[in-house]
Amino acid sequence: MDEASKVPVQPRGALAWVGQVVLYGLFALFIGVFSHWPSYRHLAPDTALVKLSLVHAGKPVSDCRTLSAEELAKLPPNMRVATSCPRERSPVTVELDIDGRNAARAEAHPSGLSRDGSSAVYHRLPVPAGERLIQVRLRDDVRSPGFAYTLERRVKLAPAQVLVIDFNAEKGGITLQ
Amino acid sequence: MTVATDVPSPRALAAWRTLEQGFDRVFGSVGNPLRQLGALAFLAFWLLAVSGIWLYAVFDTSAAGSYESIEALSASRASIGGLMRSLHRYGTDAFILFTALHLLREALHGRWRWFRGFSWWTGSALLPLVAVSAVGGFWLNWDRLGQFSAIATAEWLDALPLLANPLARNFLGAGAVSDRLFSLFIFVHLGVPLLLLFGLWFHIQRITAAAVFPPRRLMTGTLLCLLALALLVPVRGQGPANLAEVPATLALDWFVLFVHPLMYASSATLTWALVAGAWLLLMLLPWLPAPRRAEPVAVVDPANCNGCRRCFADCPYAAITMHPHPNGRPGRQLARVDPDLCASCGICAGSCPSSTPFRSAAELVTGIDMPQLTVGVLRERLRSGLKAMHAPRPIVVFGCAEGADASQLQGDDVLALPLICTGQLPPSFVEYALRDGAAGVLVASCREGGCAFRLGARWTAERLAGQREPHLRASVPAERVASAQADAGELPVLHAALATMRANLAQINAPDAPDAKMHHG
Repeated sequence: MDEASKVPVQPRGALAWVGQVVLYGLFALFIGVFSHWPSYRHLAPDTALVKLSLVHAGKPVSDCRTLSAEELAKLPPNMRVATSCPRERSPVTVELDIDGRNAARAEAHPSGLSRDGSSAVYHRLPVPAGERLIQVRLRDDVRSPGFAYTLERRVKLAPAQVLVIDFNAEKGGITLQ
Repeated sequence: MTVATDVPSPRALAAWRTLEQGFDRVFGSVGNPLRQLGALAFLAFWLLAVSGIWLYAVFDTSAAGSYESIEALSASRASIGGLMRSLHRYGTDAFILFTALHLLREALHGRWRWFRGFSWWTGSALLPLVAVSAVGGFWLNWDRLGQFSAIATAEWLDALPLLANPLARNFLGAGAVSDRLFSLFIFVHLGVPLLLLFGLWFHIQRITAAAVFPPRRLMTGTLLCLLALALLVPVRGQGPANLAEVPATLALDWFVLFVHPLMYASSATLTWALVAGAWLLLMLLPWLPAPRRAEPVAVVDPANCNGCRRCFADCPYAAITMHPHPNGRPGRQLARVDPDLCASCGICAGSCPSSTPFRSAAELVTGIDMPQLTVGVLRERLRSGLKAMHAPRPIVVFGCAEGADASQLQGDDVLALPLICTGQLPPSFVEYALRDGAAGVLVASCREGGCAFRLGARWTAERLAGQREPHLRASVPAERVASAQADAGELPVLHAALATMRANLAQINAPDAPDAKMHHG
C-alpha cells in the first residue's frame, strides 16, 4: 500500500524534533509557572485578623414551671415529673467593637429541629495591626435584656497575627487567644 | 449522511482542529497530545498513584510530624523522595490540565448525548472527586500553604447549612489540629482517589479498547518533561503551619487552589453558585432537549450472522453483545445491537466476514449492516459506477463522511464512494474494485486519533495492512492501493493523494510495464 500519501503518524525531520522540544518545554513551563506563580497575598500588609468564633448554648427561652395535679394525672406514671422545662434555647447575640466602633454583630439561632442545640458564630475581620481596644458583649437569654457577658481589653496586634475571640464558660465567658 | 453530533460552536471547533493539525506536524497524528488527552490524564493518574504510594511509605501521619517528614524528603535536590514529592505535585497539575483539555475537546465536538452520554456523565461526576483529592493533598504537608487551604476550604464549606458547628473552628489556635483530625485529612487524600479510580473504571466501561496509556513516545516525552521540571524546580514546603498567624503571602498552585482566592475576592456563596452551577450544567447536558437521532442503528440478520464476534470486538462503543443463536445449534452465537449505545458508524458492517462483495448472491445481505448504506448498495454503486467510467485508469475513492468530503473528488477518472465511517469498508471491497476494472483504490479516513467514531481509522489501517480480521488479501497489488488521512475541511490532502496515485498508476501502466490490472469472473 502506498504510504506516501499518509499524514505522518510519527514525526519526521529535524524541524519536528525541534518543535517537540519547544512544545514539551512550553508544557513544562506552563506547569512550573502556574504551580507557584503569581504569589497570592491573602492579607494586606500591616493587617491582623480577628476571628470572632464561638459555640455556646443559650439559656432556655422560658422558666421551668410546676405542673398542676390535673396535668400530672394526664401523663403516664413513668413521666410524672413535677416541673416542665422548655427545650428551646435563646439565640446568642454577640457584638464586637474595635476602637469604639462596631465591627461585627451576630445573632445566632440555636441548632436542631427543636432549637435546643448550641448557637455558633464565625466571623473573620481583617484589622490594621497595632494597639486596639477590643470590646465584646454577649447575650444568651431572651428573658434578660442586657448582656450577660462582656469583655474589654486593649491588645497589641502584630501584622498577620490571628486574634481569636471565643467563649468558654469554664474560663469565665468571653476569651481572647 | 450527516455528522453524528451537532457541535456547539463550529468556529471554536475549527480553531481547535487547526491547532490539532499543527501539532500533527510536530508529533505525528498518533503521538499528538491533543488527540490523546484522556490517555494523558490516565498517565498522570498512574504517576500520582506510584509517587503517592512512595510518599505514604515515608510519611509521618501525625499532625506534629508530617511537615518535618515531608521536608526531610526535599533535603537534597536529587533525592528520590524529593523527586517523588515534586512529581506528585506536578503530576497533579498535569492531571488537572489534561482533564480540563479533555473536557474542552469533547465539549467542542458536542459529545455529551446519545451513545456518548454515559461517558460524559460519568466523567463529569468525577470532577468533584478530582478537586477533593487534589486540594486535600495540600493539607497533608501541613505547611503554611496547607494551613491556608484547609482553613479556606473549611470556611467555604461553612457557607453551606450542613453542620451545626463551623468546621473552621477546628483551626482556631495552636494545638487545635489533632492527630484525629489529621487522620481525616489522610482518609480524604487516600479514600477519595480510590473512589476516583473506581469511577474512572465506570467512565471507560462503554469504550472499547480505551487508552489508559498514551503511545509510548508521547508517554516517555511527558514523563521526562515532568521529571526535568521536578529536578529543576523542586517543590518545597512554605514553612510549618502556625495557626497563630495568617500566611500572608503564598506561592499558590493555581491549577488546584484557584477556588480559594476566588472565594476571598467574592464571597463563599457566589463561589458555590459558580462552581456548583458549572458542574450541574455539565451533569445535565446529556438530558437537555436535543434533536432526535436521525441515523438508523445497525441491524443484525440472523441468517447471515455466524457468531464470529468480530463486530463485538470492533464496535467502538460496546453496543454489540453476543447471545445464543436462535437456530439452536450448540455453541452458535448471534450478535445483538443495543440501539441506545449504537453510534451508527457501520464499523461492525466492515468487520463482518459476510460483507464480502465476492459472494455470488444477487442481493448481497450481510450479517450486520447499516440500513442507510448497506454493503449491498455499496457493491451496486461500485459496480454501476465503474461500468459507467471510460477513463483509461479509473480510480475508486472510499471516503469518510466525517472527514474530508471525498465526494468532491468525483470526476471522469474518479468514482467517489462516501461511507459513514471508513471503518465501514470491508477490505474485500478494495480487491473487488480492482478486479471490477479500477486501476487503483484510495481509502480516505480521518487522521489517526481524530476518528469521529474513535477506532474507524485504526481498524481500517490494520485491516488493510493485514493485521486485523477481516484483512485485505496479500495477493492484492499494494502499488494500486493507497490510503490518505484527512480531517473535515482538508480536501487538498485528498487531492494531493489522488494526484500521487494517478502518477503512480501512470508509471505502472506505462506501455513497457506489465499490465497488472486484475479481473474477476
